[in-house]
Amino acid sequence: MKKAVVYLNQFFGQIGGEDVADHAPEIREEKVGAAMLYNQLLDAEVTHTVICGDNFMGSRTEEAVETILGFLKDVDFDIFFAGPAFQAGRYGMACGEIGKAVKEEFDVPVISSMNIENPGVEVFKKDIYIFPGGHSAAKMRDDVKKVTDFGNKILNGEKLLPAEKEGYYQRGIRHQYFLEDETPAYERAIDMLLKKINGEEFESELPIPELDLVEIAPAIEDLSETTIALVTSGGIVPVENPDKIQSASATRWGKYDISGMDKLENRDSDKFKTIHAGYDPAAADADPNVVVPVDAMRKYEEEGRIGKLHDYFYSTVGTGTTQKEAARMGKEIAQELQDANVQAVILTST
Amino acid sequence: MVKEIEKAGFTVVQMANLIPVAKTVGANRMVPTISIPYPLGDPSTSKEEQWELRYQRVGVALDALTTDIDEQKVFDVEM
Repeated sequence: MKKAVVYLNQFFGQIGGEDVADHAPEIREEKVGAAMLYNQLLDAEVTHTVICGDNFMGSRTEEAVETILGFLKDVDFDIFFAGPAFQAGRYGMACGEIGKAVKEEFDVPVISSMNIENPGVEVFKKDIYIFPGGHSAAKMRDDVKKVTDFGNKILNGEKLLPAEKEGYYQRGIRHQYFLEDETPAYERAIDMLLKKINGEEFESELPIPELDLVEIAPAIEDLSETTIALVTSGGIVPVENPDKIQSASATRWGKYDISGMDKLENRDSDKFKTIHAGYDPAAADADPNVVVPVDAMRKYEEEGRIGKLHDYFYSTVGTGTTQKEAARMGKEIAQELQDANVQAVILTST
Repeated sequence: MVKEIEKAGFTVVQMANLIPVAKTVGANRMVPTISIPYPLGDPSTSKEEQWELRYQRVGVALDALTTDIDEQKVFDVEM
């Protein structure tokens, strides 16, 4: 019987929630949580479950990866699964980081599942197989089924088809491939060229991935003449959350007056807190300046290094938020900043 | 968000812990922070250390705003 190892975060590895997101990596010679479902569906036995907190993997990546590779050195396995990570960004990044490292170190197939909005898809789809997944754990069974079906094909030595046929995100890897009708390349190229000349639709055989970068804004010449605004996706708001910004999948943002404040007072003083549901709020509630550094900006203002800290900061929640909504909110905030004659922005994310 | 703000013509720096994400999303000027739940001040350290760290990293972000770059850049935060 072939053997599999499954990687899960602290939540799906049944350690706990955000409060233990710093959980150090561990390996167990048993099937924990979702690993049981993998075991049911696979033509292999899941012998070990690796569990690591998302924040540990996010902040101490090198250490986490090294530790886990160390665990796996003495484990005999044929295939590695990570996730599913759904729309959880940090979990998706973690699955990608460890998946890529395991693939490089042990050269076994690595398969994961993530929602299209998960940033892990863009970063790691070239390195490991990632299948499109649901938004949340409600899709656990479907998502695990997809990756194990594909895993079984690999384990059983079946012929693998291109990404769009198998259903995983395209990796941009080229394979030598013979067309069934054997039309040679020069004929296909001429056909394409004729279509292009005639203004007809044609499909390139070598799509170039689009990197959507924006033009780099010029450097600020004199900061001491500049008004700078703070913007955050860390969910810092006045304690009563007047704009009712959602704790996840936000569609709203708010602007909050900080004129005359030396720093952001905390939750205990009934002033500011975080409503972000994607990280442990304890530190940000105790001192919101760790997310929106009003105190440090005031100091630089006092020293004359910057002209002025803009009278408002802008806030929303960046967890589960779709790129489309984030772009819209970014546009709206940019409009406000223009109207207020702000020249530069520091954006903090959590 | 960072892209839309830059598209509108603002010089912007993103302070983030997950730099690979910021890069993929398309931020141009980036400054690393120390963690997700407390980007600019580790609560297990003293208030003074937290302040030092925050003041220093925001300073790096200000430097980033005044630096001309021709491609995406992660600014060095070594003290």
